[in-house]
Amino acid sequence: MRRLLMMTAAAIAMAVPLAAMAADPIKLGVLEDQSGDFALATIGKVHGIQLAAEEINAAGGIAGRPLELVIYDTQSDNTRYQEFMRRALQRDKVNVVFAGFSSASREAYRPIVKQLDGFAFYNNQYEGGVCDANMIVTGAVPEQQFSTLIPWMIEKFGKKVYTIAADYNFGQISAEWVRNIVKQNGGEMVGEEFIPLGVSQFSSTIQNIQKAKPDVLITLLVGTAQSSYYEQASAANLRVPMGSSVNVGQAYEHKRFKPPSLANMYVTTNWIEEIADPKSKEFVAKWRKKFPNEPYINQEAENSYLAVYLYKQMVERAKGSTKRDDLRAVIAKGDVCFDAPEGKVCIDPKSQHMSHTIYLAKVNDVHSISFPKTWEDVKPYWLGEAGCDLTKKNPSAQYTPSNPPPK
Amino acid sequence: MVGFLYQFGDAAAFLVLSACGLAIIFGMMGVINLAHGEFIMGGAYVTATVSKMGAPLPLAILCGALAAGLVGIVLERLVIRHLYHRPLDTIVATWGISLIVSQGTLILLGPSLTDMSTPLGSVTIGELSYSVYRFALMGVAVAILAGLYALFNFTRFGVLARATIQVPHMAESLGVNTRLIYSLTFGIGAALAGATGGLYAPTMSLVPTMGAQFIMEAFVTVVVGGGDVFLGTAPAGVALGFVKALMTTWQGQLAGQIGLLVAVILVIRILPRGISGLILRERA
Repeated sequence: MRRLLMMTAAAIAMAVPLAAMAADPIKLGVLEDQSGDFALATIGKVHGIQLAAEEINAAGGIAGRPLELVIYDTQSDNTRYQEFMRRALQRDKVNVVFAGFSSASREAYRPIVKQLDGFAFYNNQYEGGVCDANMIVTGAVPEQQFSTLIPWMIEKFGKKVYTIAADYNFGQISAEWVRNIVKQNGGEMVGEEFIPLGVSQFSSTIQNIQKAKPDVLITLLVGTAQSSYYEQASAANLRVPMGSSVNVGQAYEHKRFKPPSLANMYVTTNWIEEIADPKSKEFVAKWRKKFPNEPYINQEAENSYLAVYLYKQMVERAKGSTKRDDLRAVIAKGDVCFDAPEGKVCIDPKSQHMSHTIYLAKVNDVHSISFPKTWEDVKPYWLGEAGCDLTKKNPSAQYTPSNPPPK
Repeated sequence: MVGFLYQFGDAAAFLVLSACGLAIIFGMMGVINLAHGEFIMGGAYVTATVSKMGAPLPLAILCGALAAGLVGIVLERLVIRHLYHRPLDTIVATWGISLIVSQGTLILLGPSLTDMSTPLGSVTIGELSYSVYRFALMGVAVAILAGLYALFNFTRFGVLARATIQVPHMAESLGVNTRLIYSLTFGIGAALAGATGGLYAPTMSLVPTMGAQFIMEAFVTVVVGGGDVFLGTAPAGVALGFVKALMTTWQGQLAGQIGLLVAVILVIRILPRGISGLILRERA
């Protein structure tokens, strides 16, 4: 009898750790474009998430639970985002989704996340203004990228600014921001042109720019078709200094096009692989060890990597709960921060956006990169100042300077 | 004025070069080839690779065209040949091939190739500067049209090809090897697509989906032009290029695209068989 009791006790003692190891994994859905027009800039994002997940699982997982990735290829197609978001939230029942590159795709899936009461991270720079409690945005926003870049360029090169932008919500709203910031800094818009996605022939655009004679050209071109602009402008000998919040840092044009087509391009980015800081170099080294064929590690890849760690911190501080309201309570404390490869980043509770270190990258004549200026700890202040406070109210809307939150 | 002529010539050259391969395959042979963009992409990729190995650009473009032509002949024998009287099936088959080739290239060769730089530098006329290479492209477009005209009207092959396509049974009964003619004609169409890819490769991003940037223009030019390559594609390219350049100069790229497509709709409505349909009917 005693032997039986002891053996039962031993069996239970052995079973408990087994049960703990077989703990429910935390499922992280990944909806990113691995094919199509945007794949060039977004394959790295999936790799960043995979690298972070591997490191986290090797160190014991999130609150003792392993992290499992459910990855879908959204094919640069907005309808796929909607389809896979439904599938990930309803069939796979993931705890959180990391989704989206283009702003059009984000606005396509955001209502579905709200409808199905999900929780999503948007890890991409964008045109700003999303005030939605179901979303965490780790990407950089115009007050971080344009409010630093444009005054610097106007002071250095002159007051006349011309914008060419991709013709969809991102390009149009970013161009609005550029207009406002140029005006605030005493500059003058001498022209704006919006170019449909998929257009690859720019002779007329180049002529229009030459006729307007700007001091600064702001380029907000998206997709591989539009990036042909740089080669064509260089061939036509158009040498005006350029500024961008998207190019170089996302689709690494400086590596893909022959010099000097990208020469004199200035980009404000929260991270790119050329940064010489030792912590950053260490991150690049371990990335290249896991993914030796990665053509370039861009800012979105770094955002995706650090976002996994932010999620881990939130879940662990919520005592292992993955419920969105528990995680938002942790964020509301105001100190969810992480030592990322770019520097220290923190989530702002009012807008659920992230502060960034902003590096001004200059592309030289031979396409090497130098960093004339760095801004530390630039907060995503616009939404909070304009009236978005997710700790009090959830409008689930996107605001722009011409369409701010109602007072 | 020079500025507008440059834009007009550039737009027309792009339309003509995108369409000439498809004009042979779709216009002459009636095969709806949705893999046209992938032939262009293949030609561009081969040109870029050969050029990187040190060959001069014209030779590299020739290699690109040749490679595309050979693949075209193989494709015709394996797939297209069996589907001549089944246009809907041809659409599905060529679309499938298009997906396989573009995604296969992405998987095997990665998301992009390092791009080539545009040769020939720039020239300044008045207060604007232009890329000399784009003037060269306009010349090449005209040369290709002239070459095709000479091929199909003054060579024995040209006569046989036109006979085979117009009345295959008569041609066969007179001893023409129609299967070979079909293969070669398809191959020429594919080679022209490859040449277009090679010609534009120094000016564009080299990505597996780059064919998609030509395919809309190719199809609308061929449809507006009608069945004949010289009486159709050339005037269609010129007319649509003019509309596009005009609208783009006036209101920007979006207006140019819209103007192009509205012009296409109007022409198709008034002339359902395209421009060459109008000219040939008047002749008859």
